[in-house]
Amino acid sequence: MTTDIKAPQARRRTDTRIWLRDNGVYVAIAVLVVYNLAFTENFATLANLNTQLVQVAPVLIVALGMALVIGTEGVDLSVGSVMAIAAATLPLYLGYGLFPALALALVAGALCGMANGTLVAVVGIQPIVATLALLVGGRGLALVFADGQLKDIRNPEMLELGAGKALGIPYIVLIAALLSVLVWLLVRYTTFGRQLVAIGGNRSASALAGLPVRRVLMLTYVISGVLAAIAGVLATARLTASDPSAIGNLFELSAITAVVVGGTPLSGGRVRILGTVAGAVLMQLIAATLIKHDLPDSTAQIVQAAIIVVAVYLQRSRSAGVA
Amino acid sequence: MTATERPTEEHAADSVAANRTTRRERFASQVQRRGSIVVLALVVVIASFSFDSFATVGNAQNIAIQSSFLAIVALGMTFVIISGGIDLSVGSVYALGGVLAAYGIQWGSLVGLLLPLVVCGAIGLLNGWLVAYGRLAPFIVTLATLLGARGLLLAITDEGSTTRLMPRDDWLTKLGQGTFLGLGIPVWITVVLFAIGMVVLQRTRFGHATFAIGGSREAATLMGLPVARNTMLLYLGSGLCAGLAGALAAAYSASGVTIVGEGLELDAIAAVVIGGTLLTGGAGTVAGTLAGVLLLRVIQNVINQIGTLSSHYQSVVSGAFLAVVVAVQAYLSRASR
Repeated sequence: MTTDIKAPQARRRTDTRIWLRDNGVYVAIAVLVVYNLAFTENFATLANLNTQLVQVAPVLIVALGMALVIGTEGVDLSVGSVMAIAAATLPLYLGYGLFPALALALVAGALCGMANGTLVAVVGIQPIVATLALLVGGRGLALVFADGQLKDIRNPEMLELGAGKALGIPYIVLIAALLSVLVWLLVRYTTFGRQLVAIGGNRSASALAGLPVRRVLMLTYVISGVLAAIAGVLATARLTASDPSAIGNLFELSAITAVVVGGTPLSGGRVRILGTVAGAVLMQLIAATLIKHDLPDSTAQIVQAAIIVVAVYLQRSRSAGVA
Repeated sequence: MTATERPTEEHAADSVAANRTTRRERFASQVQRRGSIVVLALVVVIASFSFDSFATVGNAQNIAIQSSFLAIVALGMTFVIISGGIDLSVGSVYALGGVLAAYGIQWGSLVGLLLPLVVCGAIGLLNGWLVAYGRLAPFIVTLATLLGARGLLLAITDEGSTTRLMPRDDWLTKLGQGTFLGLGIPVWITVVLFAIGMVVLQRTRFGHATFAIGGSREAATLMGLPVARNTMLLYLGSGLCAGLAGALAAAYSASGVTIVGEGLELDAIAAVVIGGTLLTGGAGTVAGTLAGVLLLRVIQNVINQIGTLSSHYQSVVSGAFLAVVVAVQAYLSRASR
């Protein structure tokens, strides 16, 4: 509102910043793609495209759930451990066939989400600590389930899930794309999606308006848990082994990065699913570009760190524009 | 308008049940402040009776030295959390501190000690500057420096493939490995740092300002407190603590190991929260953090003593414990309201 009173020049500057905040991630992707097309060998090949997309898929799936949670002004630090739990429970029932095993892994993810949701929505603990508890405990639990061991996956259907393709597109990528569309529809067109955004914007006002705050929060964390479990299953299928000590390690950071770079503010009340997809793709593209040019891992991490700071700095303009 | 009316109503209700509420409030705040110390004492007593090898001098020395590195990191974290912030970068900074100590010691022990302090202090200052003057969320700023510090570490260790050893006869190495009155020197350094931390938090203007900023940043600004400068100092302190702990840990193991410190920030936060410091800021104690650290390490030790339990249960118990503690905290703070 105050932007109307400001001097035109200041207003224009704020407008540019808001535009950058909303579209910077797409601009960055476009720039990187053009750069790679011009200077990187073997970039514009189908094989490379598939490799990059398969690599980004698990992070993207986790980031979708994270975007919803961050939209409620929360955060879910437990996603990496939930991935490990799903990976560890998967082989337990694989002897009975693919679907019982998948069901068990997804139920495990839903239960983890329910535990987080209970702590956040019912007990009223801050999301950071509530999900931190499961981050710490979850990986231990996964290792207990798996007896601390890496288990090879030999089930042919699981292997097909990890390596198979339909119409030249890997299943993993198709699943990630499908989930992205579903979550986008959920946010955009359902009552639940609107309630979620409203709660993130102002929780007490939403409660006063009669929204089912607890139920929506609970469901949000359950969705995040299930999506993390799906990511864990897909990562296991691609690795052809269930490795609960490594799967999902530091995924919470990658997912939060994708969400934030994609323009969803940490302060809640706004969810950008398309931006999150773009954020995940951008981070993958940056890593791929650096690797293709033989730059070491260390540089990649420092560049990522700088990008996070820039992204958050641009987002700050939301509060600067209003206040 | 309604906001000004509601407190008066609440006051009326309060005065009716004044006695009961205050007793309850006092009980709640006591549990909040001293709960971790009581639980620690209970666990130690039970463990002493249950396991012959628990209440031995050797085991106590072990627990003390294992706790000391985490305790130093958690000390800096306590201040940051009391001010309403959070520092996720400490795990990476800790690892970086260790590697820098092992790297710098080739020019002598003094360089080996100062190099990690200068670099890690600079990272802390960067955190503080971005939080205080950039007005960015601490969570995300320190997440970025977590990645950045780890990248820096990889850059100076040939992508993590080089582990530098520290010569055993340099005094920095002796600082990590030596003992005094039966306890390792890092333990004594920890004790001194906690004593200083306690005094700073309770008795100095800086400490009081830390509480005020955590209670309400706006109010602290309006009161004329140097909020931005204090915030910078808090993150500087956290960076220095993490760097020092890393350097001491490297000296203790006489090598700059590159893979340490992953997830250490979570242990530190868990210890601080278990110690009764509120993550929302504005309340907390240094002594509670020490009890929280010891509690985590004693639980770890007890699980090792049981022997038949796989070591993976350590993190399960720590996580469950954290959940219970914060649930009780949430309940108590609601009861006192």
